[in-house]
Amino acid sequence: MLELKRLTSVDELNKLQEEARPLLGLRHYNRAANQEKYQILICGGTGCTSSGSMNIRDALQAAIDNNDLHDRVNIVVTGCHGFCELGPLVIFYPGGIFYVRVQPEDAEELIKTTVLEGKTVERLHYQGRTGKTPRHSYRDMLFYNLQKRLVLRNCGRIDPENIFEYIANGGYQGIAKALGMGREATLEEVYNSGLRGRGGAGFPTGLKWKFMAAETAEPKYMLCNADEGDPGAFMDRSVLEGDPNAVIEGMLIGAWATGATEGYVYVRAEYPLAIKRLGIALAEAEALGLIGDNILGSDFSFHLKIKQGAGAFVCGEETALMRSIEGKRGMPRVRPPFPAKRGLWEKPTVLNNVETFANVARIITDGAEAFRQDGTEKSPGTKIFAVTGKVRNTGLVEIPMGVSMRHIIFDICAGIKNENKFKAVQIGGPSGACLPASMLDNPVDYDSLTAAGAMMGSGGLVVVDEDTCMVDLARFFLTFTQAESCGKCTPCREGSKRMLEILERICGGEGRDGDIEELERLAHTMRTSSLCALGQTAPNPVLSTLRFFRSEYEAHIHDKKCPAGVCTKLLQYRIDPEKCKGCTLCARNCPVGAITGKVREPHLINPNKCIKCGTCMDKCKHGAISRV
Amino acid sequence: MSFNRTANAIDLAPLMDILKPYKQNPRGALIPVLQQAQDVYGYLPQEVLETIASELRVPVAEVFGVVTFYAQFHLNPRGKNIVRVCQGTACHVRGGAGILEAVSHHLDVKPGETTKDLNFTLETVACLGACGLAPVMMVNENTHGRLTPDDIPGILDSYLA
Repeated sequence: MLELKRLTSVDELNKLQEEARPLLGLRHYNRAANQEKYQILICGGTGCTSSGSMNIRDALQAAIDNNDLHDRVNIVVTGCHGFCELGPLVIFYPGGIFYVRVQPEDAEELIKTTVLEGKTVERLHYQGRTGKTPRHSYRDMLFYNLQKRLVLRNCGRIDPENIFEYIANGGYQGIAKALGMGREATLEEVYNSGLRGRGGAGFPTGLKWKFMAAETAEPKYMLCNADEGDPGAFMDRSVLEGDPNAVIEGMLIGAWATGATEGYVYVRAEYPLAIKRLGIALAEAEALGLIGDNILGSDFSFHLKIKQGAGAFVCGEETALMRSIEGKRGMPRVRPPFPAKRGLWEKPTVLNNVETFANVARIITDGAEAFRQDGTEKSPGTKIFAVTGKVRNTGLVEIPMGVSMRHIIFDICAGIKNENKFKAVQIGGPSGACLPASMLDNPVDYDSLTAAGAMMGSGGLVVVDEDTCMVDLARFFLTFTQAESCGKCTPCREGSKRMLEILERICGGEGRDGDIEELERLAHTMRTSSLCALGQTAPNPVLSTLRFFRSEYEAHIHDKKCPAGVCTKLLQYRIDPEKCKGCTLCARNCPVGAITGKVREPHLINPNKCIKCGTCMDKCKHGAISRV
Repeated sequence: MSFNRTANAIDLAPLMDILKPYKQNPRGALIPVLQQAQDVYGYLPQEVLETIASELRVPVAEVFGVVTFYAQFHLNPRGKNIVRVCQGTACHVRGGAGILEAVSHHLDVKPGETTKDLNFTLETVACLGACGLAPVMMVNENTHGRLTPDDIPGILDSYLA
């Protein structure tokens, strides 16, 4: 019987791992012809939960009860599997039988066919890119086979609300080994791995830790930045929801290496599920004595708490985040002194991102060399990307650093939706850049992206197709940064406001000569003189779209046209009298009554009344309405 | 932005319970206390802010400064249901603006406003992290994904029952 009892030595941890191993006993691919026992894994990530996965759990449980199968089948709710496009996902082990877009009505059939008949329900498999080749198992799916899931190894494979499953899969062996290695050797190992911060700037983690280890002031703090604010990024959320113990273990190792005794995880309040699962993991780790005093019988003590953010993007900046933990307005301050010297409550502090911490335990258990097997010389390891937008398979993708953007978007995520043409990929959120098709073959690593005028950011990739207006996209990002600017320094507060005004004018059809040059001048000022990274990087979306899509700006300003057909002030809807059959469908659906005409006669749109909502174009069955 | 003093006296007893564990060590307590107080009262009326200030021994001005800095805190009463429409990048390129327009039209309020019958408050958020389901909105704790403007009236009306 597994008990949440204090562990007082590494031997006891090892013994617990042996005892917990049967928990994962069924999670393999060898399904016998007359398989007796099954385990059903249901995706409980935010994506699948929103598409109703908890109702499916209840329906499956009812089906198990109806068929009197509770001795043979049990259900486990896991974290995110990453294939969000096709959620809710349900996976049967052994076999890794993979079902997509499952509905509660399917439960009875799933149980009967899979468990009682030993077959699979063909119609609920992913049908492949062609829509004709059902993929039966996890192992048959290109989306997974092309990835290298190291950080995400437990996400979707274990129950994140059960610490024993984490331990069964080798969890907390990293801190156990580190305690045996000693503080200095642990620090050296992480330093030698070349791990760089996964939160954006890519600062070497080991170096940051060395700075703090050299400080003598006490106490020292180890903080985790889970204030994932970049729109379009959800990798940190998925790690916290799917494998919270990995983050706790990474923080423990960091605290051991640097001498920190207290820590906080700063999580966005918008992530209630992540907060809940992290809270459970923390309580279980405390009960096992993995957090607290004299961890695993050593003289190492570390206390960890969760702090909820209160909705401010700038709190992702390290000094602002620390002010926020202190209960103040989250505004950044000038560095130096760097937080490693004076951070939270003016004490030495290290702040790392969720994904960075999730990499650490493996560096210790497998060694720095093993970590360096993946990725490039200067950007070793893997990176998780959240791929969204107009791509066929949206989801979470983990790949070795250095592969090309083309590989991620076209090979793993199956290219662009609806056979549209790729236009650009936006990487790095509001601080990042838009890269055009000509850069698809560039490697994705910290230095190559910086050279291309972009940045890794946290790893959000938003793919856009020809229907996206790049000026509008730049305006969108500026709206965001302008609203989130804390207002402390003038270049960011005023610069973002003025840049946004110009962009709004351009999108509104009132752009004028000199606007582009003015944007560039303001961007330069913000870049060079803002206080923190928010202001310094806010112009990036504008600069990169100006660099690669300048003609779109010119079309807006000089020709008063939006080539992508997005900016409504620059659009007009017209009905082609040749094609219009006078069916009145458009007129009946127009929300403002702007369309007039008699039955079976060509209709007309009154441009003064039209609000350019596009409803008429969507409704027309004869393709008679166009946007010009 | 201004304080909102309630017409009727409010019961401060639950607030005192929230404050109790922090009084000994008020370091870093302000934000968690405000969050818990807002959970209880639905927003942060003036009496609550004044009490928090005096109990934690910080100036009211500092409390007010923190409350107005963070998007999460509200000085005015809010609707029974909070509708948060995502305007993040992934939702933006998949039609998030149209969803916001549809919600705004159906409820007849602008973002940041509350309906007259106090049933709904409409807000926008920068990202809900459910980008795979874009466009997305949250009503209270429920996330609704893969939306089209036609879905909106049905979803919103289901919260009126």
